[in-house]
Amino acid sequence: MKFTYLSEGKGFHFPPCNILQVQGFQILFDCPLDLSALLPFSPLSVNLYAQLEECYHACPCDASSCSECGSGQKRKIGDDLDVGSLISAEPWYKTVKSLKLWDVSSIDVVLICSPMGMLGLPFLTRDTDFSARIYATEAAARIGRLMMEDLVAMHKETRLFYGPEGPSPEWLKWDAIELLPTALKEILIGRDGGDLGGWMPLYSAADVSKCMQRVQSLKYAEEACYNGILLLKAFSSGLDIGTCNWSITSPKQNVAYISGSVFASEISTKFDYHALWGSDVIFFSDCIAADLIHKDEVDFTSPGAAAELPSNLSEEPDAGERISEFLLNHDEFADESKKLTFLCSWALKSTNAGGSVLIPISRLGLVLQLLEHLTFSLQSQALKVPIYIISSVAEELHAFLKVMPEWLCKQRQEKFHSDQGYFSFMDLIEQKRLFLFPEIYSSELLAIWEEPCIVFSPHWSLRIGPSVHLLQRWCGETDSLLIIEEGVDANLACLPFQPMAMKVLHCSFPSGMKLREAEYFLQFLNPKYVLMPEKLKQDIRWSNHSYSLIYYHESETLHIPRVKSGTDVDCKIYLDFQLCSTKMGQEDINIATANGDFSVIQGKIQLGIGHEQILRSRTTPLICMGCVDLQSLVTSLQKLGMNTRVEEVMSLHGSESTSFVHVVEPKKALLQLTSAHTIIIANDESLASVLTEAVQSILDCI
Amino acid sequence: MAIECLVLGAGQEVGKSCVVVTINGKRIMFDCGMHMGYTDDRRFPDFSRIPCARDEDFTSSLSCIIISHFHLDHIGALPYFTEVCGYNGPIYMTYPTKALAPLMLEDYYRVMVERKGEEEVFSTQHIMDCLKKVTAIDLKQTVQVDGDLQIRPYYAGHVLGAAMFYAKVGDAAIVYTGDYNMTADRHLGAAQIDKLQLDLVITESTYATTLRDSKYVREREFLKVVHNCVAGGGKVLIPSFALGRAQELCMLLDDYWERMNLKIPIYFSSALTIQANKYYKTFISWTSQKVKDSYATRNPFDFKHVHKFERSLINAPGPCVLFATPGMISGGFSLEVFKQWAPNEGNLITLPGYCVAGTIGHRLMSAKTPTQVSIDQNTRIDVRCQIHQLSFSPHTDAKGIMDLIRFLCPKHVMLVHGEKPKMESLKARIVDEYKIPCCAPANNESVIIPSTHYVKAEASDTFLCSTLSPNFRFLRNSSRGHSGSSDTETAQPSLRISDDRVAEGVIVARKNQNPRIIHKQELPDVLGKEIHEVQGALCVPTRTANAIGKEDLLQEQLPLLHQLYLKLADEVAEVTVLKSEQSLHIESVVISVCHMDNCLYRLCDESGNIPETTYFCCKWSAADQKIAWRVISVIKNMELINS
Repeated sequence: MKFTYLSEGKGFHFPPCNILQVQGFQILFDCPLDLSALLPFSPLSVNLYAQLEECYHACPCDASSCSECGSGQKRKIGDDLDVGSLISAEPWYKTVKSLKLWDVSSIDVVLICSPMGMLGLPFLTRDTDFSARIYATEAAARIGRLMMEDLVAMHKETRLFYGPEGPSPEWLKWDAIELLPTALKEILIGRDGGDLGGWMPLYSAADVSKCMQRVQSLKYAEEACYNGILLLKAFSSGLDIGTCNWSITSPKQNVAYISGSVFASEISTKFDYHALWGSDVIFFSDCIAADLIHKDEVDFTSPGAAAELPSNLSEEPDAGERISEFLLNHDEFADESKKLTFLCSWALKSTNAGGSVLIPISRLGLVLQLLEHLTFSLQSQALKVPIYIISSVAEELHAFLKVMPEWLCKQRQEKFHSDQGYFSFMDLIEQKRLFLFPEIYSSELLAIWEEPCIVFSPHWSLRIGPSVHLLQRWCGETDSLLIIEEGVDANLACLPFQPMAMKVLHCSFPSGMKLREAEYFLQFLNPKYVLMPEKLKQDIRWSNHSYSLIYYHESETLHIPRVKSGTDVDCKIYLDFQLCSTKMGQEDINIATANGDFSVIQGKIQLGIGHEQILRSRTTPLICMGCVDLQSLVTSLQKLGMNTRVEEVMSLHGSESTSFVHVVEPKKALLQLTSAHTIIIANDESLASVLTEAVQSILDCI
Repeated sequence: MAIECLVLGAGQEVGKSCVVVTINGKRIMFDCGMHMGYTDDRRFPDFSRIPCARDEDFTSSLSCIIISHFHLDHIGALPYFTEVCGYNGPIYMTYPTKALAPLMLEDYYRVMVERKGEEEVFSTQHIMDCLKKVTAIDLKQTVQVDGDLQIRPYYAGHVLGAAMFYAKVGDAAIVYTGDYNMTADRHLGAAQIDKLQLDLVITESTYATTLRDSKYVREREFLKVVHNCVAGGGKVLIPSFALGRAQELCMLLDDYWERMNLKIPIYFSSALTIQANKYYKTFISWTSQKVKDSYATRNPFDFKHVHKFERSLINAPGPCVLFATPGMISGGFSLEVFKQWAPNEGNLITLPGYCVAGTIGHRLMSAKTPTQVSIDQNTRIDVRCQIHQLSFSPHTDAKGIMDLIRFLCPKHVMLVHGEKPKMESLKARIVDEYKIPCCAPANNESVIIPSTHYVKAEASDTFLCSTLSPNFRFLRNSSRGHSGSSDTETAQPSLRISDDRVAEGVIVARKNQNPRIIHKQELPDVLGKEIHEVQGALCVPTRTANAIGKEDLLQEQLPLLHQLYLKLADEVAEVTVLKSEQSLHIESVVISVCHMDNCLYRLCDESGNIPETTYFCCKWSAADQKIAWRVISVIKNMELINS
């Protein structure tokens, strides 16, 4: 088993990308896009249009490809970041560069852990060499498709703006990159300059639909069998709707791949960690953010919280319960709820003051939670502030949310059974206080548009999508509010909208488990090996763990030691094995020759051994072991009434001796014996078989 | 290890489905239904028969309860069993079943207790408490109930959320089909299941002998009758239960109304049906592919032409279509409307394909209009309206049952949920056509069948690799006309080449350890003993005649070994004779021409060599003694021609 860490990723929106080789199959986990790499590009604006127009008139060459004039001229050399440093061209998209170098045809299976892990898939599927089977949960596939379609729709606007483009754009050339400020340069080419190869122009809507046709969707805990031998199962990771961890079962070992997992989830199905119990090897690819770790440590040193983890936890009978108790009985739930309430209070403060609120967050679970809290706040304060959700896929997402109770957490389902909707915000739609619109430029939207309002609209990079235009409208208003997720470089993100009078609120939400939780979680699973990314090494000070920890580095292939010496096989034996096997010596070993059909069914190897075969081995032994003791052979031949004469001959080298036992009476026969062979020479069948039996009775035969 | 099935209900009858299956010690109750035909003790399965050890209650005796779908004959006794009998363990059903079951149970409760004034066996509170204990699961979701027991639902088609359940304990596995439909209808897909290795399939057999044609014909017929009636200004009464059939027919009508641009109102009498529609809308992914594909544009259960019915509308003028509960016109609102509408010739009543004896629906089915039906001792109703029988049923027909069994190919089949004589004939078919043992036990009977058990072993890599190597066998056609006579160069003997991969290995079992399967070569390492080969050998003389003077020139030219080869290929046709430059190989027997005068393997009785004798040296391993001696006798008795 081999494991290659292709990309470390960047939290929720850019999950890690890895390749695992198991049982001779190559499995790719996730194929994401780094959308934070959109930041060096300039968002569309009236100013930009004016600039380009001006440039077009000033210089006879084509504006978009001219490095002498236009934006190129305004760009300053050095580290000063300002609006002019941004690239005004149709954006390209940054893929995982190591994956681009990988031989696509060698990949057998792609396992998707979250909708974000799908965004780069069309690049793979449109490659004619790509032939892998793609598995994703039904919900992840659905949401992933909508996200890709939305991305294509948002990108279309920039394409319309800049017009068609040549095969290699000007900004991607070295001399243009050299001119960029360090912050942008780093995004473009990476720290070591190697990322440049990862840039790709966006796929088309046709690529997306072709890609989706190849995705095989699964339910949680549904068994998918690849090539008869690999059993693949997705279990909820609790992070968001449809996100999952994978369990890969083969007769050699059970492997679990842990993507970002959250123990407390208010929207999606809860983290199903019980199902992962018994995995031999854990690939821990959860994104524990480094800054969170230190915060956690402080939390846990507070008295009472940090009880020492007992070493042999997994052997105790109630260990499972105790761990569950720990994992569920902490304040993450309350924490998150507090944060959301805080955000809502700020949002309402803004609207009360006459400002509008822009929320370009696209984490579905988070958006739903925010909507729920906002609905509650608005209803409790009897406010009539309209909410707009502007996205090309808003309608379809809404339709989907109405028909997917299986992917929601228990509490939501209970709500549904008690004859309420899953989501209270859906009532707002009926009350005409929440509106869904595919795009910002529609007469219907303009007709009902009211400010102040609360708008949810993509994209969180603030470079593409409807949010760009709304931000340009509101960035000068002191009472307006922008809520963005932590993890995006806020300064860079807001750069094109400077000077900003608008308030900006950062919020961070967990996209993985905490270090302390991870420790308990891994102890609970009781694996043999745990693979962890290298970056966590400095923070992990766990002792008392029963498994071996292996750290992996980016772009490095690790060999994982074998867990079992052999392979598990189910034997169908039709007779009692004890009866038909040979007992070996004094030891408690029973041996029998097996001879049967071999089949691989649903990830299990089955060996059917018919009883005829075992019976046959009783009458005519197939394998004999040991040495023939000359004296006992002669004795037993004498018992059979045979007259013998023994002759010993040393071989030429003197290393081996051959003994000859001549049977003189009643019939002539000869036995030639060496340490590893006995050859019986007799002139008739019955005598030969008597002699054979005599020899075999001295040996251990099976 | 065995599987024990105790049939508590639906044994040789339809109603109160309940089978308690014990697989390798794990006890599962499949369905917990009630019988609609009884009002006494017989309406519930006899739970006291569930094997319970001393001081064991139902909770510890049963590992779990599985409910296949929301029909009362499959779920009706559940609140009674959990709340009154005190079962407190896990209960599994699909998401839609969990959502719709309370509606069904509460509806039953209202009809039976409030209207008929029967003694209540469980309360509405019981229904709520019971449903709280239910774990909802998704199709194909594999649930580990406990360490050994694994269950998984498969799509069954019958009604929204209906599922067949796969249950596995250790190596023994069964499927309980519940009710299912093997052909898709307008709102639900056909049953779907994986190819599984099964010891037992417990299948419904409602239509054990019936064959049904396409449903579309009958759907068209139904629409035509309804359309004709409303076009003539008549009123259509469709008595139906709130869930399932009502939605299916309504979808059919709503779609037809849309296409034909009809404006006549369609009513639902019961608030329940409207409430149920909400669930149908939500669980759209459990409907047929066609319905699923359309939900993004318009949810097909968002009925456009459907309105809520007011009591005052019963005698309002003008045509309409009304869905009224309960089905079979057994009482309640549908009876009330029936009384009003039946005497009018222009009206229409559609009846479901199956009505329980004793209901008005049952009487109408056999009646010819115009007729009179007595409701009670004092009331007789003139029935002059048309009566249309809907003969589409969401159950599979005999072909569907047979197809499913052939597909699953289990070791045993058990029939439940059917009528005894029909079940007997289906049973005979299964035994005759598929050679699968089949039983159809009556209620409270118990059946025991053996279960699969595998020995868990660990196979070594060398052994696994050896199983992958091809194992070609060249089987000669023994009915060969000519025996290598004239044109051996060109005439190719007809061969059958087979490649049965046979795994040959050695099982080594140490006490208290899983056995290991290894390759023969690995034995010395594992046991610390060397392999000792026991062989037999003999240098066999055969007569040779000189070719001089013989006419048969062709054979004369062949070398001796080849002559033997042809002979052996003919004589021992059941095994493959392989020929190489110097020797022949039959299994482990190696034959070569011996030129040594003092061959060790030659046991000469007479001294000196006879000039016309050729010797063949044979050597074999002891296991192939039999074939070796056959070869030797062939050699001894043949005559070769020396060149």
